[in-house]
Amino acid sequence: MGSDHDKDVVDCREALHRIYHFLDGELTSERRVRIEAHLDGCSPCLNVFGFEAELRRLVADKCRDAVPEGLRARIADAIDHEHDHTQVDTGPRGEMAGKDASEVVGGLPA
Amino acid sequence: MADQAGFAEDTEQYMGSLYSAALRMTRNPADAEDLVQETYLKAYRAYATFKEGTNLKAWLYRILTNTFINSYRSKHRHPEETELEDVEDFYLFRRLGGLEAAAAGRSAEDEVLERFTDDEVKRAVESLPENFRMAVLLADVEGFSYKEIAEIMEVPIGTVMSRLHRGRRALEKALHDFGMARGLVSARLG
Repeated sequence: MGSDHDKDVVDCREALHRIYHFLDGELTSERRVRIEAHLDGCSPCLNVFGFEAELRRLVADKCRDAVPEGLRARIADAIDHEHDHTQVDTGPRGEMAGKDASEVVGGLPA
Repeated sequence: MADQAGFAEDTEQYMGSLYSAALRMTRNPADAEDLVQETYLKAYRAYATFKEGTNLKAWLYRILTNTFINSYRSKHRHPEETELEDVEDFYLFRRLGGLEAAAAGRSAEDEVLERFTDDEVKRAVESLPENFRMAVLLADVEGFSYKEIAEIMEVPIGTVMSRLHRGRRALEKALHDFGMARGLVSARLG
């Protein structure tokens, strides 16, 4: 909000405006310190920050699911299978290798 | 350049979080398993292109996201800006009494949060449109930075911030609605 060069006092509006950046750890340390200073003296804002932080913890805690038993094994098998078929050695599997590799490289993140 | 022989060992630790994200995105255990398996297989094939020392978890999430978009995203897509109704800031907090309650020295909001079940929280997250849901999962559950989320989702950082902001507001609204349905949240407040 406006020029922040000389502004060392953060009001409620600015604190709440930056709440997600604050909670996400995306503020410069200088700005962070100024918001912390505001929260030290403003319990209504501190309450909002506390609630939003708690809500994030709740979402993070509840959104964890155990990997189903069979999935680990299935992925390991699929990778073994893939490995066997991409060995560039002699034998009937060799001809698969070039084809698979070229299909794989396209469209993937580097 | 990463060695394919170390792939299983290097990536195994991320399977739980990738599966959880896949389940939130597909909303279906069978599809989630297929999505994770496909992600691992693609990652294995491309592992030689992964630069060691860079963020392996973010790289895996990028493959998961791409795979989801290409194969699993719902058929009926709407322009995302109209997908999400505009909700005021701190929706749930305000409805729980918020600032007035704080001034009066009682603060029961955090206690209400504890009463939401796992299923309610999951369903609230799953109610968000896909782009918003993914951003919220990456930030709130996985703790990725804005820059990492921008790279995973292949959108500008400003878009990440906007999706997070609106997604979180919509999430509070969804939780509020579940809370109302179960009597956790009283209608007289707010």
